[in-house]
Amino acid sequence: MSGPIGSVVAWFDDRTGLVTAIKHFLDEDIPASSGWHQVFGSIALFLFVVQVFTGILLAFNYVPQPGASYFSLQAIINELTGGRIIRGLHHWGSSMMVVVVVLHMIQVALWGAYKKPRETTWIVGVALLLLVLGFGLTGYLLPGDNRAYWSTVVTIQISALAPGAGEFVMRLLGSPDGIVGVSTSSRFYALHVLLLPAVTVLLIVFHVYLVLRHGVTPAPQDAGRPTKKFYPEQAFKDTMAVFAAFAVLFAMAVAIDVPLESVADPTDTSYIPRPEWYFLFLFQTLKFFEGSMEVVGAVILPTLAIGALFLVPFIDRGRAKRVGQRAFAWGIATLAVAGWAGLTIGAILNTPEQPERESTLSAAQGWPQLTPVELAGAACYRREKCETCHNLVDGEPKMGPTLATVGQKRSADWMIDHFRNSGPGSPMPAVQLSPALLNCLSAFLLKVTPENALALNKVPEFALQGAMIYQTNMCGNCHIINRIGGNAGPPLNGVGQRRTKEWLAGHFRNPQAFSPDSLMPPYDFSPDEMEAMVDYLMALPPR
Amino acid sequence: MDGDSQTNRRNFHERMIFGAASLMTAALALPAVAYLFSPFRGEPNGTWADAGDLRELPLNEPTELVFHKKRADGWKTTVEKTTAWAVKSEDGLTVFAPQCTHLGCGYHWDKKNENFLCPCHASTFSIEGAVLTGPAPRPLDRLDTRVEGARLWLGNKESGSGETQT
Repeated sequence: MSGPIGSVVAWFDDRTGLVTAIKHFLDEDIPASSGWHQVFGSIALFLFVVQVFTGILLAFNYVPQPGASYFSLQAIINELTGGRIIRGLHHWGSSMMVVVVVLHMIQVALWGAYKKPRETTWIVGVALLLLVLGFGLTGYLLPGDNRAYWSTVVTIQISALAPGAGEFVMRLLGSPDGIVGVSTSSRFYALHVLLLPAVTVLLIVFHVYLVLRHGVTPAPQDAGRPTKKFYPEQAFKDTMAVFAAFAVLFAMAVAIDVPLESVADPTDTSYIPRPEWYFLFLFQTLKFFEGSMEVVGAVILPTLAIGALFLVPFIDRGRAKRVGQRAFAWGIATLAVAGWAGLTIGAILNTPEQPERESTLSAAQGWPQLTPVELAGAACYRREKCETCHNLVDGEPKMGPTLATVGQKRSADWMIDHFRNSGPGSPMPAVQLSPALLNCLSAFLLKVTPENALALNKVPEFALQGAMIYQTNMCGNCHIINRIGGNAGPPLNGVGQRRTKEWLAGHFRNPQAFSPDSLMPPYDFSPDEMEAMVDYLMALPPR
Repeated sequence: MDGDSQTNRRNFHERMIFGAASLMTAALALPAVAYLFSPFRGEPNGTWADAGDLRELPLNEPTELVFHKKRADGWKTTVEKTTAWAVKSEDGLTVFAPQCTHLGCGYHWDKKNENFLCPCHASTFSIEGAVLTGPAPRPLDRLDTRVEGARLWLGNKESGSGETQT
């Protein structure tokens, strides 16, 4: 190179030696047998760069706190240009990383490339594989949705099984009591974006240094054949493979929406937590071990497997053979892949389908899950004719904003202020309701999501009226419905299985005639009100 | 293999490497730039806030109003505590935004010297908001005001006069 650019490069090289180093690297001699089978390490390195790049971009807007994590990610995906693609690249990139590093390891194993003097390269490689899995595990919590929450609960419970160490692992993960909260989020985040990347970079540098030091592993048939240069032919093959992987990754990021489920709900008992696909085999293995044997499947077997993986170069110390003649290695690799695939397929077949949740909640199934406060709020929403100016979900455009997502951006306090006085800039009239009912209305709007809005719009009138009566008479001071309320009186879920409508109506008018020791005052509702109230109570699902 | 075809092959490899690398860089960089510069589609700023009862303001004495105002903050909308300096006189009402026009520090009314004093770089402003001394480049910013009944509502900074005819 000549001219002004050439002299700058020469000056730079003279002071740093980097240009010479890169040339030296590109001109590296590689065995004649090198080729397409050795591209996986380069793809893995490239994917790591993509993960770092997209991860940093996500961190520019992400907040690692329960609740906020979910809403910040939701805004990244829905509001920021390119946010959906960047999140997609990061998500699918992690899955692709697992695939690629496993392929890399299988290739090295089949070719016996871990043999002397490359044992350390293999050991560092296994450590890097574990780091990739660590990234998957810690990253799984970060979206803050139901899947993230429940899977992390399971992860922490599994780590609690580690004999002797369980308690300390839980403390380190910020969950001494097994509950996933603020400190769990902070620690998983710190692990995911600070500690693991730093360790990974160090080990990658060490790994690549070792690869360069020992050179690409020659095959037995390379003896006596002339070597070739890494650049440009093998560099071309590596780049094309990287490009193919990136094309697939980019297509996935664009075409497949990464699911973001509803925000983490620790009270959601119907949720079936599921690990990421590459951990399904562990999840399935766990099912074979019951009771006190569980620790075997959860801790002992995986530890033994990892130990065996580290020791591979010391177990197989035979002379190098052609890849086609390494029958034993092929056998082990085939068995491992088949075992993994079998367990994974078993896990997929045996896990019940996630019940189609809010989206198919029919009105009949949906509303009984609401608390009386939320249901009375739904009644206020209908009575105050909020529908005149607002949609709960998309519909024909109306003057006010759509409300299904309002709960993600507003607090109850904000809403109540807004109901009372929306300010001179807004055409919304003040909502003329008591403070208690304004509170109900805000509780209802916090509960509505785009998934359940349609169902919640179709709550039968008797339930609305019943909940409204329940609320205005403060029945919740003494009774519990759907976990909310006081316990001076009996809980009311499932009361329809214990009592008849006639019994309930009679009991309202004169409680002591039915249960002499009852503290409940009499309620003489109008016939309409009584009908609605009793129907509402009869419809409450048992718990 | 003769020299020519070997050179061709080498050129082909180099071009493919360069092309693929450029494409991948672009595919990563373009969404990244769009992402970093795109705003959140939150509610726009510029809503009105109730800043208190106009009748409680003393005449011709700057008063610090403390009130709550809605603000789009990244991906969420917050209601946050904020302040403004109000001066009620016979001619009307002026409300100043609470930041010094130099570098945004909070200033206060200096009763002894009868001017607004910014503690950061000692800019001073008159009761009308005009710069008296110091590095401040322009008079204090005024807020839009609006009176409903006896309630004083404050809007955004405005460029013209903050006077209202009550």
